[in-house]
Amino acid sequence: MKYLRQLLIILGITFVGEVLNYVLPLPIPASIYGLALMLILLCTGVLKVSSVKETSQFLLDVMPLMFIPAAAGVVREWGIIKPILIPTVIMMTVVTVIVMAVTGLVTQLLINIRRKGKEKNVH
Amino acid sequence: MFTESAFFYTFITLAFYELTSVIQKKTKKAWSNPLLLTIVFIVIMLVAGNIKYEEYEEGTKIIGYLLTPATVCLAVPLYEKLSVLRKNALAILAGIFSGVITSALCVVAVVFIFNLDSTALATFLPKSVTTAIGVGFAEELGGITALTAITIIITGVVGNMLAEWVCSKFKITDPVAVGTAIGTSSHAGGTAKALQMGQTEGAISGLSIAVAGIMTVIIAPIFMNLFA
Repeated sequence: MKYLRQLLIILGITFVGEVLNYVLPLPIPASIYGLALMLILLCTGVLKVSSVKETSQFLLDVMPLMFIPAAAGVVREWGIIKPILIPTVIMMTVVTVIVMAVTGLVTQLLINIRRKGKEKNVH
Repeated sequence: MFTESAFFYTFITLAFYELTSVIQKKTKKAWSNPLLLTIVFIVIMLVAGNIKYEEYEEGTKIIGYLLTPATVCLAVPLYEKLSVLRKNALAILAGIFSGVITSALCVVAVVFIFNLDSTALATFLPKSVTTAIGVGFAEELGGITALTAITIIITGVVGNMLAEWVCSKFKITDPVAVGTAIGTSSHAGGTAKALQMGQTEGAISGLSIAVAGIMTVIIAPIFMNLFA
């Protein structure tokens, strides 16, 4: 019964996320409302990690799979992609790499600065 | 026919994924990424077999259906790494902000170089954020939502495939920086890889999806007004 109860809790929170998405006029999707709600429930102790642990672990493990059906949709959208194929491919690949590198380097630089500042305070 | 079985396409997809996961374990190369290879196999199958995408889509609905609850579950690793988040909150927020600005600037640059119109700008501006935010956003700005959706999905696949390579190439070694980089640039698709790289990487990547999404919604319209 453990897995059923965990799934019940996860789907319940997801559903509340969908309701919030429907009711509130913000451009925030149900999944983000659900994520925030789950985090609040865990932080306030209303929900214990052990009550969702295994099933959430399973869902996160299989997450890569969930992109496959939508990605295969490239077959259907080929007509729109074809005339602007090169810029589209650049957007998907080169831009993604640049954004990843810049974000990582900026974050790492700031973490290192903070760490060095702390070391100075200790000495 | 047997393809009408509700389980056929889901079974084939899982089987391809399992098979390519074995290949990845054997070769350990970026190109043998199971997510990418499975998509390639499925596309070949659809084109060579003259199968309508809608038929495949119908048969694999259950897989996509799980994406929303799985994204909700990203709260679990995040909760378990909350102390790491608290300690580095400022660096993470600033990092995500730099990524969101970089993404918008790059999109503007590509649109400009290839002489594309404002519809293309609206289509690609939200390309790094999670699908649900990005598509809603493109619609509001007057982009082609079908193209936005597929660009976002493939961005996630590319992020998943190249995350380890980019991080080692640019010497991004801090787990928090790795997580921020992956989540900001390639949403849940990349986050799936971050989760495999480590608990901190996965947790921070999951957080970055939400923050980058919300920041993009606030910041990207400015770029739209400036350049369209």
